[in-house]
Amino acid sequence: MFESLDPSLINWSRLQFAMTAMYHWIFVPLTLGITMIIAIMETIYYRTGLEKWKKTTKFWMKLFGINFSVGIATGLILEFEFGTNWSNYSWLVGDIFGAPLAIEGIVAFFLETTFIGVMFFGWNKVSKGFHLAASWLTWLGATLSAWWILVANAWMQYPTGMNFNPDTMRNEMTNFAAIALSPVAVNKFLHTVLSGWIVAAVFVVGISCWYLIRGKEKDFAIRSLKIATVIGLFASLCSLWSGDGSAYQVARTQPMKLAAMEGLYNGRHNCGLIGVGILKPSDKLIGSKQDPFVCKIEIPSLLSLLANRSANSFVPGVNDIISGGYKQADGSMAMSVADKIASGKTAMSALGAYRAARKAQLQADASLAKHVFNANVGNMGYGYLKSPEQAVPNVPLTFYSFHLMIILGCYFILFFIITTVVAFQYDFTRKRWLQFVALGSIPLAYIAGMTGWMVAEVGRQPWCIQDMLPCNAAISKVDVGAVQTSFFIFVTIFTVLLIAAIGIMVKAIKKGPQIEPEV
Amino acid sequence: MYTFLQYYWWAVVSLLGALLVFLLFVQGGNSMLFCIGKTDQSRKLMINSTGRKWEYTFTTLVTFGGAFFASFPLFYSTSFGGAYWLWMIILFTFVLQAVSYEFHDKLGNLLGKRTYESFLVINGTIAPILLGGAVATFFTGSDFYINKNNISDTMMPVISQWGNSGHGLDALLNPWNVILGIAVFFLVRILGALYFINNIDDEEVVTRSRKALLWNTVLFLVFFLTFVIRTLFADGYAVHTDGTVYMEPYKYFTNLLAMPIVLILFLLGVVGVLFGILRSYFSTTFDKGIWFAGTGTVLTVWALFLLVGYHGTSYYPSCTNLQSSLTIQNSCSSFFTLNVMMWVSFLVPFVLVYIFYVWRKLNSHKIGGEEGKTEDMY
Ligand code: HDD
Ligand code: HEM
Ligand code: HEM
Repeated sequence: MFESLDPSLINWSRLQFAMTAMYHWIFVPLTLGITMIIAIMETIYYRTGLEKWKKTTKFWMKLFGINFSVGIATGLILEFEFGTNWSNYSWLVGDIFGAPLAIEGIVAFFLETTFIGVMFFGWNKVSKGFHLAASWLTWLGATLSAWWILVANAWMQYPTGMNFNPDTMRNEMTNFAAIALSPVAVNKFLHTVLSGWIVAAVFVVGISCWYLIRGKEKDFAIRSLKIATVIGLFASLCSLWSGDGSAYQVARTQPMKLAAMEGLYNGRHNCGLIGVGILKPSDKLIGSKQDPFVCKIEIPSLLSLLANRSANSFVPGVNDIISGGYKQADGSMAMSVADKIASGKTAMSALGAYRAARKAQLQADASLAKHVFNANVGNMGYGYLKSPEQAVPNVPLTFYSFHLMIILGCYFILFFIITTVVAFQYDFTRKRWLQFVALGSIPLAYIAGMTGWMVAEVGRQPWCIQDMLPCNAAISKVDVGAVQTSFFIFVTIFTVLLIAAIGIMVKAIKKGPQIEPEV
Repeated sequence: MYTFLQYYWWAVVSLLGALLVFLLFVQGGNSMLFCIGKTDQSRKLMINSTGRKWEYTFTTLVTFGGAFFASFPLFYSTSFGGAYWLWMIILFTFVLQAVSYEFHDKLGNLLGKRTYESFLVINGTIAPILLGGAVATFFTGSDFYINKNNISDTMMPVISQWGNSGHGLDALLNPWNVILGIAVFFLVRILGALYFINNIDDEEVVTRSRKALLWNTVLFLVFFLTFVIRTLFADGYAVHTDGTVYMEPYKYFTNLLAMPIVLILFLLGVVGVLFGILRSYFSTTFDKGIWFAGTGTVLTVWALFLLVGYHGTSYYPSCTNLQSSLTIQNSCSSFFTLNVMMWVSFLVPFVLVYIFYVWRKLNSHKIGGEEGKTEDMY
């Protein structure tokens, strides 16, 4: 009866999930982008029939194959971790969340699996046209899989299209289209897929530059690079736009995350956007009026403009959200977190009363309890929180991740403008400095993507599902030791595999596409 | 209609499970990597042969998981969150397997060729045994309890809890689970051997595969029949119309008689498996055994799943707390979700058709000595 959950179990489970997701995300963005670059190259081969394009295509395919196998190995673990580590979550929202996952398998993964087989084994067995179609379908499969998993993730950030059913004790789907096409999902999809294109474009440009630095395979390098720079330029410009869209959606649906992203403790009208800044220790800032920054560069009114599309609008900070009492975007007054917690607890006891009355077949009591429950169910998730401070995510981590991503986003726009111009107007082989910059930019692209996910996932804490289910109620009850053990096993295996994958890639890159004869 | 959807989804999930068991021929084949493949060349042929199919096994596992999650979330929650180690170990071995194909023959692979080959053997051995053991718990029961009221208990909101700290490893203490696990292991080895006979054009590998059929079949039959006979005569977990669960003697036997279609599926399946094996063993020119034994496996496993889900039976029983047992009625998704998912499931035949079409184009020739030299290989 008086059992309780070990807090360290929650932290270890979160750590395990985060670690697996981040390993998965090392491999996924390259897949999302490079499958497209490969398909474009093969299209040129199909049109021109030139052997050098076939070899170019095959070289990048080889790198993709290495990357892909680790990508799916890490993905498998993630899928089942919803059950193994977040079992309560799986029951409470499985009715909604399971569907995109199943659709992803049926629609996307089989497509990818089948046509990747043709891509790798079909060169001499199927017609050129069929092979080309297979390459495009592999890209489509990867993109569709991103679509469905991001629908799932977007739903966790912005739960719609469902209702809590007190008889079955879970959330049930009521509107599939609202979930699959929610604005948050659409935006997330655009931004994430574009970010994958950036990663792949930087990867191709960087590796090509390595050949230029070495003075090998110059034609091949220039050929690959030209395609990648154009895609990169397009994707980086669009990601600025879709990133702005993401921030707008966050302002709409997760004001606390927005406040954390900007290190905004006390909200204002005409709120400025922080360009760069250093935060003071965050534990002293909740409930205090002081300026949270040690130093900062701020662009006036921009945050208000971006978040609400109006320069003098009010953007609430962490403290405003905790204490409530400001006007929200939909015109209503915000409740304080303390009131939400109280309301959540009311919902829970009404739920208990309802179930008891149903069991004892006391109809009148049951309908009374249900009435109370329905009035408070929107805040039920808050009932699991112990204090209002718990509703605040890790502000510094969210803030620095967000700003690093933006800085890198702007850097990549610049990077691709320069590389595109040089690739098409000048002689890339003679710009040594740019070749080194390009090679060095590869890790930056991965960092940008990773920090993006840190913003999205850390910023929504403590919620596993926004306002509905905090992480500590989402968990499986296993022993902490078990999660620790599996965590370390995974870290070891994944790290070894990552090193092996990099090792194999490096060897394959050194060997090169072998288009020019060795001298 | 809701009831129909519940039965429909149980049939779909069962079918996916049955396909998964069939596709474990990849694992079965890998488990014999060193007994059949005595030389580097023959191992290369074997790895390339299963290497073209493993992603289907993998993706079917993923889709099976996703479909189970979407249609019977309470199972996902209870079994995965409870039998933590059983599932985790299965997943570990699949991770090792997934990279081994791509990595084993590449320069700079860190661990060396032999290590990756042994990863394939490890997965080939452990995954079928543990998956078989997990399926056996559908008949023998597990140690868990469920209390949905916990959701309104902020200290301890978890609804499904495992009764012991073995977290799934306890399943291996029950000999009947182990017996089915071993039976599945030998079955997939048979399928692996039949697949090699069909897919590889190499005297040595084919002869050895044929030889391997015999003793794997004998052992398979011993373990499988032991499990089936004991299950038919054991008490089963029955469900009243009001939802209460109780033990009923000869429950699975009764089910089989009450559902003649399932009985026919089961018998057809067994006949198919045996026909595939015997014909391949006695005729050196017959290489289509995998089709018969494969179809047979799908039908048999499907029938077993239907047996344990339909006709007032609990498919995931709790042996320590009978009333926590899962039935297709009390663990399924809402009407709305099952309905949406039904429309999605209509895509499955299309998926099967394009897979079939693509592989017809790709697999017109066997994998043999000549092809070992082209570059489209692992
Ligand atoms: C190469 C990678 C990359 C780059 C250059 C950018 N992003 Fe990004 N960003 C991502 C990769 C990414 C991501 C990994 O795709 C994320 C994580 C979760 C998501 O939906 O996308 C993300 C999330 C994300 C979020 C949070 C969404 C949420 O919480 O749901 C915002 C507000 C932005 N981005 C905004 C931007 C802006 C204004 C950028 C300026 C150019 C930018 N991003 C560049
Ligand atoms: C935490 C949630 C996630 C889960 C549970 C998950 C699950 C999976 C699984 C099971 C696979 C293997 C599929 C196969 O058998 O072929 C996979 C691969 C893949 N996933 Fe994820 N995934 C997650 C996050 C993401 C995200 C955020 C994206 C992209 C936006 C993504 C895109 C892909 C792609 C493109 C593949 C193909 C393989 C690759 O190259 O990595 N996944 N995922
Ligand atoms: C592949 C890209 C992703 C990365 C790098 C990533 C990263 C993270 C991180 C860092 C955390 C830990 C947050 C914390 O505990 O402070 C987390 C948690 C989590 N994420 Fe993601 N995430 C990704 C995609 C997804 C997707 C697509 C989903 C759902 C479909 C998802 C579902 C979850 C869940 C359920 C948790 C655990 C509960 C929680 O801590 O909120 N993640 N992820």
